Amino acid sequence: MTEVTGGIEMEEDTSGKIKKFLYINRKAPYGTIYALESLEVVLIAAAFDQDVSLAFLDDGVYQIIKGQQTRTIDVKNFSPTYRALEGYDIEKLYVEKESMEARGLKEEDFVVPVKVINAKEMADLMQSQDVVLSF
Amino acid sequence: MLHTVNKSPTERNALESCLKHLTKGCAVLLIEDGVYGALKGTVSTKMVEQALKHHPIYALYPDLEARGMQDRVIDGIKLVDYSGFVDLAVEYPSVQSWL
Repeated sequence: MTEVTGGIEMEEDTSGKIKKFLYINRKAPYGTIYALESLEVVLIAAAFDQDVSLAFLDDGVYQIIKGQQTRTIDVKNFSPTYRALEGYDIEKLYVEKESMEARGLKEEDFVVPVKVINAKEMADLMQSQDVVLSF
Repeated sequence: MLHTVNKSPTERNALESCLKHLTKGCAVLLIEDGVYGALKGTVSTKMVEQALKHHPIYALYPDLEARGMQDRVIDGIKLVDYSGFVDLAVEYPSVQSWL
């Protein structure tokens, strides 16, 4: 047990307990900076060996659509980066069924393998986390 | 008047409000995240198709292409590039942006 002095843990155990982190993506790419910022944070967090899941719902499902070509709007196409997440042991990607269907999208429209879950299952996923980060 | 919409119809109600306020001779140009309003098979498709019967609707192709949506556009929506955007702004006496 470590001593706690004035609210500061003096000898923090850096090996620690692995926590469950959920990154919630609800914005379309490019129109705002949220999608890219989320991806940057996920990649940074990947270095800390935590239990990471990504959720795509509402307009967030547009982030992982195949066939993005951004040359003519002069911004970086970051959609291929989602395919690299597997290399960082981030393999739990969830898409909300209702969000996907409201936009006429199908599972095969995505650049990465995802698990499609309904809103109730998404709610349970959110509830089961230690840390939830929203973008 | 030319109305431009730059927000996704599933994020804000800019498109819905714009379409409700169109008057005779108005056109709509969808840009940035507004291009999600130009797509087939979505919850807003019907509303847009209804407006298309009375008003020309345009979508900025580079913004569609960036988002991987170039092959999902509702029939009848005209695609324009940046110079087409400029032409529309010149053609109509005024421009209103729905943000």
